[in-house]
Amino acid sequence: MNKVPNNKAWWLVLPMFLLVAFSAIIPLMTVVNYSLQDIFDQNTAYFVGVEWYQETLRNTRLHDSLLRQFGFSFSVLLIEIPLGIVVALMMPTRGWQASAVLILLALPLLIPWNVVGTIWQVFARGDIGLFGWTLNNLGIDYNYTSNPLDAWLTVLLMDVWHWTSLVALLCYSGLRAIPDAYYQAAKIDRASPWAVFRYIQLPRLRNVLVIGVLLRFMDSFMIYTEPFVLTGGGPGTSTTFLSQTLTQMAIGQFDIGPAAAFSLVYFLIVLLVSWLFFTTITHMEKSDNGNKHDK
Amino acid sequence: MATNMISKRNLGMFMYLIFVLLPIYWLLNMSFKTNDEILGQLTLWPTDFTFDNYITIFTDASWYMGYVNSMTYVAMNLVITLLVSLPAAYAFSRYKFVGDKHLFFWLLSNRMAPPAVFLLPFFQLYSSVGLFDTHLAVALAHCLFTIPLAVWILEGFMSGVPREIDETAYIDGYSFGHFFIKIFIPMIRSGIGVTAFFTFMFSWVELLLARTLTSVDAKPISAIMTRTVGAAGIDWGVLAAAGVLTILPGILVIWFVRNHVAKGFALGRV
Repeated sequence: MNKVPNNKAWWLVLPMFLLVAFSAIIPLMTVVNYSLQDIFDQNTAYFVGVEWYQETLRNTRLHDSLLRQFGFSFSVLLIEIPLGIVVALMMPTRGWQASAVLILLALPLLIPWNVVGTIWQVFARGDIGLFGWTLNNLGIDYNYTSNPLDAWLTVLLMDVWHWTSLVALLCYSGLRAIPDAYYQAAKIDRASPWAVFRYIQLPRLRNVLVIGVLLRFMDSFMIYTEPFVLTGGGPGTSTTFLSQTLTQMAIGQFDIGPAAAFSLVYFLIVLLVSWLFFTTITHMEKSDNGNKHDK
Repeated sequence: MATNMISKRNLGMFMYLIFVLLPIYWLLNMSFKTNDEILGQLTLWPTDFTFDNYITIFTDASWYMGYVNSMTYVAMNLVITLLVSLPAAYAFSRYKFVGDKHLFFWLLSNRMAPPAVFLLPFFQLYSSVGLFDTHLAVALAHCLFTIPLAVWILEGFMSGVPREIDETAYIDGYSFGHFFIKIFIPMIRSGIGVTAFFTFMFSWVELLLARTLTSVDAKPISAIMTRTVGAAGIDWGVLAAAGVLTILPGILVIWFVRNHVAKGFALGRV
């Protein structure tokens, strides 16, 4: 659609801008302020410049949790995106079944995050939880409170349970937006189901997948409440992700300066990855459109 | 072959739904058990069926007020979000203006701020303006991530409405406000339904900000739930019942918007 240049449109955006800016810019500036000072209590603080930033470069604890975080986020994306697409393809398209499946799928999304943690905390227990109990009775030695790998896998499974629905719902909406004519044309051409998926459905899903990948990346990178309730970050530090490390530093040890410095670094990492992803995709889109015109 | 494929599809869907529902069933199952039964042996359904856990919650004001508080700030957030996002999304979908692209990306970047360290500044900010421990504080803080998403979704729906409709309305003598409320909003009803769903969802499930910005008067249910962990161990039954009750409002909301969601999903790009 052709948009009309009109700077008066700012008046429509202004209330939204002021409201978001109030909650966004002031706290951000406060964090920047923290990151440059050594704070002892409310009235005593010294300006230390970039010292905290230098320290974050040397702090191995932060580096470890950053690496764990990347590992976790990529595992999440690797599982949830394909699984979400598959689920969306399996969803019924009309009738009461469509509504019913839609509602059931949305359920995990509507549960408060600490309740999600609680559900899995119980569900995965070896003695009173169905999941842990079943695994143990099948002869698999599974205990998420003492085995780091089990704990990590449980957090991952919980996240898949929690968020795959979002990807599936987004993809479902993308699939519904494909006109029937495309499928009819494919039928006439006797296209295989794989070809239909690869050349009709997948390209049409690109926009919703961009949103899905971005949302999942950002949210999994900030994950805090669910693993905190489920495992408390343990055993050891196997499921202590970045948010939790930062919270421990900021509130537990009152190292606000370094924690603030690293949150800003962290914020920039998320921003950078999202931006890279976003530009790559829009770039791909442009070159695709260019090819279409060439033909 | 076609029927074979459909049944395979249904089977896959069925299996996935079981995966989604089992943990929730386990919570529901536990909420009807006594603590003795929960910790005693593993039972697939309550043998000693009891409503005691729910009665505990519904007869204690410090419990059920948590639900009232949570719903209050979620409702306030929903109203505020829709009021400011509708005109903003209209501006993004219809006009080019100075800094529009940057503004859009800045909006989305707010979703990326790590909550952990931002909690303290949030606490200080809302304390200094005298909003600490009010529903409004939580509602405003949640706007930080609900508004960007709402603008994003609404903009998609609005771009699907042809410009000609706006122009025809202006030629017919409608003022902007009149046109927007009487003609435009009804046209994107489904989009508003979808937006309301996502706004509700992200505000309802958030715990960290809600817990930080409240102490007594506006304390959300998810924060109250942590007190089931007492000196005598965890009161699993009440915890499970409280958990089940946090799912119910979500089910109600999605029930009301289900047709919009199905239809809205089909129209917009979400």
